[in-house]
Amino acid sequence: MSRHFYGTELTSPLMLGTAQYPSPEILGDAVRAAQPGVVTVSLRRESAGERAGQAFWSLIKDLGVPVLPNTAGCHTVKEAVTTAHMAREVFGTDWVKLEVIGELDTLQPDVFGLVEAARILSDDGFKVFPYTTEDLVVAERLLAAGCEVLMPWGAPIGSGKGLNNIFGLRALRAHFPDVPLVVDAGIGVPSHATQALELGYDAVLINTAVAKAGDPAIMAEAFRLAVQAGALARKADPMEERDMAVPSTPLIGKAMLA
Amino acid sequence: MKIVVNDEVQDVSATTLATLLDELGYGGARVATALNGDFVPVAQRIQAPLHEGVKVEIVAPMQGG
Repeated sequence: MSRHFYGTELTSPLMLGTAQYPSPEILGDAVRAAQPGVVTVSLRRESAGERAGQAFWSLIKDLGVPVLPNTAGCHTVKEAVTTAHMAREVFGTDWVKLEVIGELDTLQPDVFGLVEAARILSDDGFKVFPYTTEDLVVAERLLAAGCEVLMPWGAPIGSGKGLNNIFGLRALRAHFPDVPLVVDAGIGVPSHATQALELGYDAVLINTAVAKAGDPAIMAEAFRLAVQAGALARKADPMEERDMAVPSTPLIGKAMLA
Repeated sequence: MKIVVNDEVQDVSATTLATLLDELGYGGARVATALNGDFVPVAQRIQAPLHEGVKVEIVAPMQGG
């Protein structure tokens, strides 16, 4: 397991989204409780009068956590590439979580557009974190396009369904043992995050599961502990599953009472 | 001159993107800009002319997942 992404070591395998919190104060509390390695951020139209973005940026700067800008909501290669350029300038980082959405009901990535945008941005010096599926062939293409990290979905964004295709995620991990892998999207509860880390994933990206919890700060702490547990379990090398029972208590020396 | 700023029609006197930001009150704000869908870096705003009907996008940091 590695927490190195494009040569940078993150302090935690938890990546936390900053959207949908009940208030900026609660967002701040959640970030402090989660102690994430990065927080994800975005760009939206700014009104000169309200300057909401300036207040948000001030809050994020004060939290002192590295940012990973996204291209959320982009449906075309051009939109995503232009948004990435704007984000690089505004946030002062060449990291970008690249989303090219292909389908509205599932928010499934348009993997064809994703590969094309990833190549354009990688060639332009961006460090691309592509939001993709668990498809091995797409993963190969993304790596060939210059990506050094892959972010397969666990389940559709905001669904909270957890890891829908454990076989596929495990295959991806086995196929690319040296590529940093992050489960992005679909995680609903801390046990899902633990499971991803136990599978050997290097990080998880969570947003809705924390923001939409009844108490986001407590849930953020639960996720902080969950990823620690998962990472430790992976390090400890879990036992192999068996189909049949094997007694854990030794039978030798058992009293004959029947 | 009428232009479209963040999807709203505005009547402005600015002739470049840089002066437009001042005119609309964005002075000093951390924003990124695009003209007709093409990114315009900060350093190029002063040389980015505005034309009747041009579409300007002005974006800033926002919450994201």
